[in-house]
Amino acid sequence: MDTINVLEKQQPLQAENSPQDETWTEVIQPRTNLLDLGLADVWRYRDLVMLFVRRDFVSTYKQTVLGPIWFFIQPLLTTITYVIIFGNVAKLSTDGLPQAVFYMSGITIWNYFAQTLTNTSTVFRDNAAMFGKVYFPRLTMPLSIVISNLVRFAIQFGLFFAIWLYYLLKGNSGIHPNWLILLTPLLVVTMGLMSLGLGMIFSALTTKYRDLAMLLVFGVQLLMYATPVIYPLSSITGKYRWVILANPMTSIVETFRYAFLGSGSFSWTYLAYSLGFTVVILILGTIIFNRVQKSFTDTV
Amino acid sequence: MSDIAIKVENLSKLYRLGEVGTGTMSQDLNRWWASVRGKEDPFATVGETNDRTSKGNSDFVWSLKDINFEVKKGEVLGIIGRNGAGKSTLLKILSKITAPTTGKIKVNGRIASLLEVGTGFHPELTGRENIFLNGAILGMTKTEIRSKFDEIVDFSGVERYIDTPVKRYSSGMYVRLAFAVSAFLEPEVLIVDEVLAVGDAEFQKKCLGRMKDVSVNDGRTVLFVSHNMAAIQKLCTSGLFLQNGTVLANEGIDPIVDMYLANNFYNGNSVILEPKTGQSASIIKVEIIDEDGESVYEIAIGKKWIVKLTFQVDKVIKGMVSSIGIVSPADISICTSWQEPMDFVPGVYCSEFKQNDVQFAAGKYRVFVALSIGGTQNIQFLEDVASFNIIPVIKSADATVVSYDASTGIVLNQLQMVTYPVC
Repeated sequence: MDTINVLEKQQPLQAENSPQDETWTEVIQPRTNLLDLGLADVWRYRDLVMLFVRRDFVSTYKQTVLGPIWFFIQPLLTTITYVIIFGNVAKLSTDGLPQAVFYMSGITIWNYFAQTLTNTSTVFRDNAAMFGKVYFPRLTMPLSIVISNLVRFAIQFGLFFAIWLYYLLKGNSGIHPNWLILLTPLLVVTMGLMSLGLGMIFSALTTKYRDLAMLLVFGVQLLMYATPVIYPLSSITGKYRWVILANPMTSIVETFRYAFLGSGSFSWTYLAYSLGFTVVILILGTIIFNRVQKSFTDTV
Repeated sequence: MSDIAIKVENLSKLYRLGEVGTGTMSQDLNRWWASVRGKEDPFATVGETNDRTSKGNSDFVWSLKDINFEVKKGEVLGIIGRNGAGKSTLLKILSKITAPTTGKIKVNGRIASLLEVGTGFHPELTGRENIFLNGAILGMTKTEIRSKFDEIVDFSGVERYIDTPVKRYSSGMYVRLAFAVSAFLEPEVLIVDEVLAVGDAEFQKKCLGRMKDVSVNDGRTVLFVSHNMAAIQKLCTSGLFLQNGTVLANEGIDPIVDMYLANNFYNGNSVILEPKTGQSASIIKVEIIDEDGESVYEIAIGKKWIVKLTFQVDKVIKGMVSSIGIVSPADISICTSWQEPMDFVPGVYCSEFKQNDVQFAAGKYRVFVALSIGGTQNIQFLEDVASFNIIPVIKSADATVVSYDASTGIVLNQLQMVTYPVC
């Protein structure tokens, strides 16, 4: 019965052996160092990440007639809906910009964040059958989600770009792009990593407490309204403005819109805040994820 | 030191019974509080051995408890034990799917595990795409897979369908392709769970051959779990016998298999029944025993077995017959036997039905028993009341056991045969 006592008695003996331990290529034990993230292992499996990305695409659009065109249709329909509901029925301000390009800039960015977050948050639950049968670095899975959503984002961004170009060339539409466009890759990477970090934290928690998965879907929806996606930041005044500003996605959406459309505001401080937030969340997420992956099959 | 591939030290694994999700939050908080104070896990100490037939007091069981063993490089270790002995848990820990509760495993070299074939196969992808995906999941790089691609396709024998989505495959083709990918893994240590029970007989033979190839010719270390003693004996050099999460024995494969077969762990071979009231006679016990009178469940081909029927007579009966029937694994009644009608006075009696020269093929046989008057008027008739398992064993040293192949029909005895010239 007293395994733990037995173990304690033998510990000095193991300590004597420790120089020899170094000859082992691997030691499987109950707990590893918190910061032992196994990133080298992930690198060795980089082919797998890309194959997962490929699988996501091929499997989604096999046997559909329109194939990848669906990537366009979805944001297009959302934009049209927003133009009708928020623009024409609710008559929300768009800072004087064409509604289509205003909503689409928000949706393109937001979709990437929301999709990545919701997909990564259930990574353990969705892949329990596979994870329960074979070992590969579990991090490859959320990474592949981030990348496959990035490809989707690129396609949707292309659509946004076309519409934006149309309004820009048409002229007289109040669009004033500026050099901050160069920040776009940074924004996209930050956003991807932020959703990855948050997703990993949630995925670790949903293995035990599935309620969180339900909560998250709802939470992401709410968060969209706390992010200037369907309204400009400038329209929010009063004592709750800080809530919107505390949202790390706010500065990303605002910066993106400011860079391409020239409306809204830009602040290095808020952008730095988002960056800092991302780094912290990413590290935290990776640590939690690595801890949970070792024995999640027992609880999922 | 360097010739050891795997060293398992004091390995234990604790599982929680019941539904996960009820009370886990409070347990988590308790655990956390204990760890903050530097105490041991409050739930680990209450764990019990994993005897799943009897209900324990605790919600926690040790699926593995203090396992210690070593595997040398190039050794082929067969892991055997009844269901629930901890074999799968051990493999899961070795393949890093779940972490041990205490203890550690030291490994020299890369491990690949095959707990299932075709893990990660996606039905929408073609055979070609799935080979790459599955290979990568198992730890191969794209270049490695590309270099072995032709061999894999060749081994699987589904070349014609390689660009068809696997959802259109027959289940046999699917499994062949899946096994083919895993067959070309080249890790230093290979862990295999009963995946050989797939495909038709010919393909199984091919798989066993490939396994033998991997272990003998390539000199790799293999850990192999199976209930198929014939396969275990053919492939393995040593054995590990697990029972209730502890190592019962770890030595050469032959003594281990003998021990496994001799070990009486199944209850289906000995059934005790409540005597029926209001009947002149009733069956109280049905047992399968060997020649020494020991209760057995698994019987090696060639070993004698006896069905022993115990019944109680309450009134004087004239001309009662006790009989048994045996049903084959394929649900075919193969024989019925009865004792001559006899007159009984109240008391307890036994009838033994001994196996004669007829050798049954491997498989699980079900027994039905009956008491009747003159063989027509039933007193009691019990279907599928007990069962026994005939198992194939390939053995040269033990002369009492005849060596038969497992797949040659229900009755293994040779017919009388002559060959003579006709012209």
